[in-house]
Amino acid sequence: MENSYLIETRDLVKTYSLGEHAIKALDKVNLQFEKAEFTGLVGPSGSGKTTLLNIIGSLDSPTSGSAVVMGRKVEELSHKQAAALRNRHIGFIFQTFNLLPVYSVFENVEFPLLLLDYAAEERRRMTMAALDWVGLADRAKSKPAQLSGGQSQRVAIARAVVKKPALILADEPTANLDAENSHHILQTMERLNRDLETTFIFATHDHKVIDYLRRKITLFDGAVAKDERMEPQRRGGARP
Amino acid sequence: MIIPKLALRNLLGAGLRTWLNVVVLSFSFVVIIWTQGLYKGMNDQAERASVDAILGGGQYWQEKYDPLDVLSLEDAHAVVPEGLQAMIETGQATSILVVQGTLYPKGRIRPVLIKGIDPDQKVISLPAQFLKTGEDLFPALIGSRMAKNTGLQVGDTVTLRWRDANGTFDARDVEIVQVMKTVVQTIDQGQIWIPLDRLRDLAGMEGEASLVVVAPGTVGRPAVPGWVFRDLDFLLSDIKQLVKMKSAGATILYVVLILLAMLAIFDTQVLSIFRRKKEMGTLMALGFTRSRVIKLFTLEGALHGVLAAVVAALYGIPFLTWFARTGWTLPEGMDSYGFAIGEKLFPVYSVALVIATTLLVLVITTIVSFLPTRRIAKLKPTDALRGRMS
Repeated sequence: MENSYLIETRDLVKTYSLGEHAIKALDKVNLQFEKAEFTGLVGPSGSGKTTLLNIIGSLDSPTSGSAVVMGRKVEELSHKQAAALRNRHIGFIFQTFNLLPVYSVFENVEFPLLLLDYAAEERRRMTMAALDWVGLADRAKSKPAQLSGGQSQRVAIARAVVKKPALILADEPTANLDAENSHHILQTMERLNRDLETTFIFATHDHKVIDYLRRKITLFDGAVAKDERMEPQRRGGARP
Repeated sequence: MIIPKLALRNLLGAGLRTWLNVVVLSFSFVVIIWTQGLYKGMNDQAERASVDAILGGGQYWQEKYDPLDVLSLEDAHAVVPEGLQAMIETGQATSILVVQGTLYPKGRIRPVLIKGIDPDQKVISLPAQFLKTGEDLFPALIGSRMAKNTGLQVGDTVTLRWRDANGTFDARDVEIVQVMKTVVQTIDQGQIWIPLDRLRDLAGMEGEASLVVVAPGTVGRPAVPGWVFRDLDFLLSDIKQLVKMKSAGATILYVVLILLAMLAIFDTQVLSIFRRKKEMGTLMALGFTRSRVIKLFTLEGALHGVLAAVVAALYGIPFLTWFARTGWTLPEGMDSYGFAIGEKLFPVYSVALVIATTLLVLVITTIVSFLPTRRIAKLKPTDALRGRMS
């Protein structure tokens, strides 16, 4: 399918059944995202931010409507195709970091490259480059349990960026971090967005994140309430 | 190759939980091989002792001879045919005559089988040479169990009564010239051995025998009319059956051990599925398909078996080798096992036993690992990421 946008949703609807009741998480969402955007989905809890992020990330499929991500219709993807799309083109950053606990920092970051069958030497080089990029090369041998929240999230970012994906989806990436760490993380992501032209989409209601956004999409009850372009208002901390 | 690598990494990363399962499973490995080795050793020793002492390389039985039917013994004798006689003369066989009789040790009555054997025979290891005495003595040889049951010792004289070919009862006093210590009960319990010629003479069965034992390694088993050749498969079938029966008892022990180990692995897997849902969701987000996650978790469980085999080899090989060399000194009561073992039991471990045990444990481990892992197939990535099970 021809599409000039990196991501496009058309009349996207997602409903969850809760016994006999159906809950509409997304209600006819129409959005377009271009390459190298630094966009946030904001809104109160239950507004559909995470659901939209999950559908864009092909972790979930819409009830109706369409989500076209990098030319692929998410609703038509098989499990395998969805996994391949995530594997090659999408990086995820989670609120709770979701690092694999028995792996070292190096192994966590290396993981996506293992799935992509990179040669060992290439993996090592790219992993160290990503760790260097987030300022954690010296913690490569540490286990996630030995890291602070900020460091853990930086490892998660390194894991998301190591394969240089076109799109990174971050769900409340700063929710578990203090202000200083949040700014470090956001600056890291902003730099990545600028240097590698990686598209970032955040699901957040954290003002620290919102201050960095260039586009803010406000969701309310599953529908787009506002879609605004904005100038980032960077504040706070030094670079990591 | 990524899944085995990750499975091993996860397994080793799980630390103590993994090693507890592995140690229990490795214990099952070693116990199964050890007990089966004991029974194989028991079987081998019993077979070897029986072959040496009485079975030789097989036996020709007079067609009516049936050691399990005492009543048939009266008619179970015939003149040794020429073909067999030739083998006996060249030392390739030896004949045995069996007659039913009664022994009167210390005033008591005991039914016995009187067996006549050539004192010069070299075909079997039964110590018949002790029966080579002068004409003035009627020598008899008994086994240690028989001696214990009857209270007889070397030098004792005891009355022996039999019925000759014409049905006439006759009796003589015999002297115990030797009490043989043998592990083969079938030449000991309820039996008294006397020189073949004497028995033939007294029973009026000149030139006759009930069975002819062929020397081990003798080539050629000519068909002899009126006689049936019984090979070792036939002659040892009782022993094999007995060992099989005994080993079935041991199976209960290792089934319990395996069940314990499997329960631990099953439990670990179930816990993994519930505790590691987020991890599964992360793996899916990173590009793992459900089937790959299932493979990973199943392999993680199955690798317990592989690690257990390695751990079992580490302490099991030295232990089993030492045990195979030093053997197990059997208590007196082991005589009640009913077949020849010897004073020491040496286990025998075959390659087939080790391979079969390893495969058995690996297959069972894989199955119990897979069963709980199937739940992952129902798992939606979004639910997994939230730590929820669909």
